[in-house]
Amino acid sequence: MSSNTKASRIGEELWKTRVDKVNAELVTLTYGTIVAQLCQDYDGNYQEVNKQLEKMGYNIGMRLIEDFLAKSNVGRCANFRETADMISKVGFRIFLNIAPTVTNWTSDNNQFSLVFDENPLAEFVELPDDGRAQDELWFSNILCGVLRGALEMVQMQIEAHFVSDVLRGDDTTEMRVSLVRYIEDEMPPEEE
Amino acid sequence: MTVFSLIIINKAGGLIYQREFQPGLRKLSTNDYLVLAGTFHGVHAITRTITPKLPLLTPTAIASTPTSASSNLASPSGTSTPIPPTTTTTTIAAATTPSVSASSYTYPILGVPATGLESLETDKFRLTCFQTLTGTKFLLFTDPHMANIEVVMKKIYDFYADFVMKNPFYQLEMPVRCEAFDRNLNGWLRGRT
Repeated sequence: MSSNTKASRIGEELWKTRVDKVNAELVTLTYGTIVAQLCQDYDGNYQEVNKQLEKMGYNIGMRLIEDFLAKSNVGRCANFRETADMISKVGFRIFLNIAPTVTNWTSDNNQFSLVFDENPLAEFVELPDDGRAQDELWFSNILCGVLRGALEMVQMQIEAHFVSDVLRGDDTTEMRVSLVRYIEDEMPPEEE
Repeated sequence: MTVFSLIIINKAGGLIYQREFQPGLRKLSTNDYLVLAGTFHGVHAITRTITPKLPLLTPTAIASTPTSASSNLASPSGTSTPIPPTTTTTTIAAATTPSVSASSYTYPILGVPATGLESLETDKFRLTCFQTLTGTKFLLFTDPHMANIEVVMKKIYDFYADFVMKNPFYQLEMPVRCEAFDRNLNGWLRGRT
């Protein structure tokens, strides 16, 4: 597929030339500390931790998108399939140096999965064995928020959630992304 | 190579940044700048409405065109080769076939976005507008003969992404008061002249 390889090329090129690198352990440890702290603050209420992580990601995504656009200089995607490719091959490549596999499309082209072969956020992580974290905590949930925030800024309302995670003993780490709607030009509520 | 000043307008049409880099234009009052930002935002939206929308080029839409628009004899542009998404506005001409039914148009999701007003020119200055995909507008006042404005615009967007958006204490859509942004922008512009 030509757009597929094009996105890969853009991603590789940007990763090599335009991205400042930081130590991976710094990222892993920082993120791990945040999640652990949230688990402590919310007293093991993992649903709430998932929610907070998603919210933090959302705020990151809304800012990160400008960096993505400024660096990549790409135009608007023609369809959601192209968007998925951009997310995987350019977005994840330049920010985490991974390119999750885009797969499991629904026939209406509005839903796909990202399958993570590697996940820098979750390296060295073992979920607490309190009998609940394995079933309730989505450790990398911040990524769902990042996608939601970033895509909202470019007029796409989406919903993203993890459906499996190797940390929980699943075979794969998979995120499901669904397009809710394209946001037409409208006044933001705070300006009314 | 004179860059007179820069204005940034948020997606709601509010003025969030205004700086003068080199003298040459008369100053406006703060209120006038606000009016300018709001007015430009409105005019930009109107010019974008006037711009013809491009027909949807995905296979499903092409297939649905004959049924949804049986009165239309032909929709030649609907079967044309897909336009790469990175193509710039020069391909707008492809949308001039008025017979394509409204349902085969889509917005804002299409290969080539409808752009609005991109530049305004007088004897003394040129106003160039660059709108990001997120809706923020950068308005640059330059010498009318200045070349390579895109390069300057690109760099300004880079600085904005770095020093404004990545500043955790900058509140989105609010006036930009980021000293590092000013400093880097000034330094870079001065280095060019």
